[in-house]
Order: sequence, then structure tokens, then C-alpha cells
Amino acid sequence: MRLIIPLAITFTAGMIMILNFFIPHRPFNILGENLQDWYIIVASGAIFLGAVNLMHVHIRKIRLKLKNWKYSPITIAGFLVMIVTGLFYGVTEDMPFDYLFMNMVAPMGATMFSLLAFFVASAAFRAFRASNWRATLLLTSAFLVMLGQVPIGAMIWDKIPLAKVWLMSIPNTAGQRAVMIGAAMGVVATSLRMIFGIERSYLGGAD
Amino acid sequence: MANIFVKMGDLDRRIIFVLIALAVIIPMITNLVIPNIVGQEPSRDLYDFVDALPEGSNVLVSFDYDPSTLPELQPMAEAVVMHLFQKNLNIIGMALWPQGAALGQEAMSSLADSLGKVQYEDWVNLGYKSGGGVMIVRLGTSISAVFPTDRDNVPWDEIPMLNDIGSLRDISLVISLSAGDPGIIAWVMMAGDRYAVPIGGGCTAVSAPQLYTYLQTKQMVGLLGGLKGAADYETLVGIEAGPAVRGMSPQSVAHLAIMLFIIIGNVAYFSQKRKKGGAR
Repeated sequence: MRLIIPLAITFTAGMIMILNFFIPHRPFNILGENLQDWYIIVASGAIFLGAVNLMHVHIRKIRLKLKNWKYSPITIAGFLVMIVTGLFYGVTEDMPFDYLFMNMVAPMGATMFSLLAFFVASAAFRAFRASNWRATLLLTSAFLVMLGQVPIGAMIWDKIPLAKVWLMSIPNTAGQRAVMIGAAMGVVATSLRMIFGIERSYLGGAD
Repeated sequence: MANIFVKMGDLDRRIIFVLIALAVIIPMITNLVIPNIVGQEPSRDLYDFVDALPEGSNVLVSFDYDPSTLPELQPMAEAVVMHLFQKNLNIIGMALWPQGAALGQEAMSSLADSLGKVQYEDWVNLGYKSGGGVMIVRLGTSISAVFPTDRDNVPWDEIPMLNDIGSLRDISLVISLSAGDPGIIAWVMMAGDRYAVPIGGGCTAVSAPQLYTYLQTKQMVGLLGGLKGAADYETLVGIEAGPAVRGMSPQSVAHLAIMLFIIIGNVAYFSQKRKKGGAR
């Protein structure tokens, strides 16, 4: 039963969604919409699980004094402050939650992503070598895209932005599409295998 | 001379960090202005599509990003919202990312105040809802089933601008400002392909190459790629010295600096190679 019930649920839910797509009429549309609503509710539950897990991981880290445990009280404090301000004052504008979000969370998040520029520059300096004709082609394309992505490229030569658009629209699209079609076919195959009970690894290793 | 180039190959990365920081800071403090020229790019296609929409059309703007990509996507959001307000289009804001709802609120409310637009008549923020692509499919049959209230808990039925809206089929355009998944791709697959809603979008520069595939197939009506896309939209809308246009100067200099580092790295690499070859 431990195996049959999950397989039956997966098969039923998968078939309902497939039938709902091809026959969007009663009863399949109603069943499909109900399943979609359930999914949204379950996905919301995952946020709660994430919050519980965050607390569990950091409390354990403090208790056992694991590596970098000193940062954990700050994480927990920040988490609790946002929860308390959100629950007691709401998340609307001009409330403490919104103030903290716009003046602390937003600038700190942006700062973290901005650090990428420094690492990209350092990595490009060390790794981007014209060691053979393929690498040289990649390097030339990168230069054209980097120049085409900023106004100074058009100031140097007005054809550089056009070259960038051509590179992005033709060679890039060809490569991207090959990868995306391959991945999509993989998704379809895996989904069908799961619906028909051939792929069972999502059950946690039960045979 | 060759030894100097070889030594340059071992440049301490802290020096690179300092030089990149200077490449960004100096243009900012000197107010260096590099005029932004908008070519025939996907950003112009999005602008033209929005511009051609009839007055009073409903446009759904999905703020699918968080503060980490705010420097690129928030100027986009502001420029797009400004254009939609200028054209008297109704904006329905929402988010597939939890923190996107607050960022969208910031963009819409600040511009609405300055342009005299009224909440619930000209714009509304439905907030965040989990579920990604599945939730978008549900919007295709009923938006109010997913969002019974807006972000401030005002019931759907009490919002006048939503009276005539049932599902995604009543939306003239979806614009997703996306930093990843769920984002533009989910909108294209679930709303565009399934319910024939035109999809436009904006994304970070790093994710733009993947989305060009949807432009060629006309699954997207236009795309704003990175800060340049935001600067293009600001220029087309007529925002003078907006954050993205101002950001073009530091970005131009930073790009030149990175290119210079790559050239130095290659000169050092070939000098080292020649030196090794000579020694043999």
C-alpha cells in the first residue's frame, strides 16, 4: 500500500491535468481547477516549512557552536523582527515592515548581487584566453556583446549594437533553442514516466 | 618588456577589484553622461506594442524579482509603469516572487502620486501568490479565484477597475519583469501559448540570451534586457536622466575596464607562452 497509494495519486492527478488540457470541459475543467487550487495551497505551506527549517538550522548551529555560529543570532533576530513587524503592523506602505524592507533588505540584497561585477572582472582576467580559434571566436563575440550592451559601443562604431542584436538573435538563439528543446523533451519523458509509475525515485527510494 | 607582461598576468585580484570600483565610482561622481542611443532592439518593440494599445486596456504587470536584482529591474519597472500611466492604461500588478509585491507597490504608488492616478481606478496591486506556472494556468480560468483580495486585503468585488475582468483573456498584455524562475518563461508557456495573451518582459542582462528565442518565434512582443533595456525604455518614454540612463556611464566604463583586463590577461598569456617556447 505504501507504494500503490502514491502511484495511484500521481497517475490520477497527472491524467486529470492532461485531460483538462485536451478536453477543457466538465468534469475535467472542474477537477483540473481544483487540483491547481490545491497546488497553490500546498506551495504556500512550503513557505512555512522553509521558515521552520531556517529556525531549526540556526538554533542547532548556535546550540552546537558550529562553524560561523555567531552569524546565526543575527539571522534569527532579523527573521523575527520582520515577522513581528509584518504580523502586528501589516505589510502596507509606510508601516515598519515596509520601512525595513525598503531601507534594509532592498539595499543589502542589491549590494550582494553587485559584488558579482568584481568576481566577473577577476574571473575574465584569469580565464578568458584566446587559446584556440573557438575561444577566440567566443572572445570576439563577448567583446561585441559587451560593447553593444552599452552606449559607448554605438559611439565607437554604430554597427556594434546591430552586431550584438545579430549575435543574440541568430547564433545564440540556435544554441539556446537546441538546449531548451532537449530539456523540454526530457521533462515530457520524465513526467510520463512518473505518471505511469516507471520513474519512482521521487517516492524516496521505495521499490 | 616581455617580463612586465608576464608579471601582469599575476596581477593581484584586489587590484582588479579596486580598479573596477573606480571604474564605477568615478563616472558617478563626475556625472559623466554618455547619451543612450536606442537602436532597433527588442526594447523598442515592447515600447511600440504598449504605445499601440487602446486607452483603457488592462495590462498585467508581474513583478517577478527581489532586491538582489533591483538595480537592473526597478528602473525598468518605473519606466514601464510610467508609460502605462501616460497612455491611460489600467495596471494590474502582481508578483510571482514574495518580495516583488513590495517593489511593485513602490514603483506604482510613487508614480501614481506624481501623475494623479487613483488606486483601484487606474491601478491595483494584487500582491504575491505562490504556485508559479500552475498559478498562471489558474489565472487563465479565473483571476479572482487566485486573488480574492488585493495586497491590502480589499475584496475583488470592491475594486471598480476589476469589475469587467474575469480571466487572462481580458488582459491585453502581460509584462513580466523577471529575475529568474518563475518568471517570463512561465508566463510565455502558461499565459501566452495557452490563452493567447501577448507577453512582454524585462530581465537581467545575464538571462536575456535565453529569452531571445521567444522573440524570434513571436511568443514575446518585446524584451528589455538588463540596464541597457531599462535605459532604452526610459529614453523612449522621455524620462530625462532616469536611474538606468545615468547607470549607462558607469556600466560603459566598467565594461571597457573588464575588456582591458581580458586584453592584458591575453597579452600576459601569450608572453608567458612565448617565453616558455624560447626556453625550450
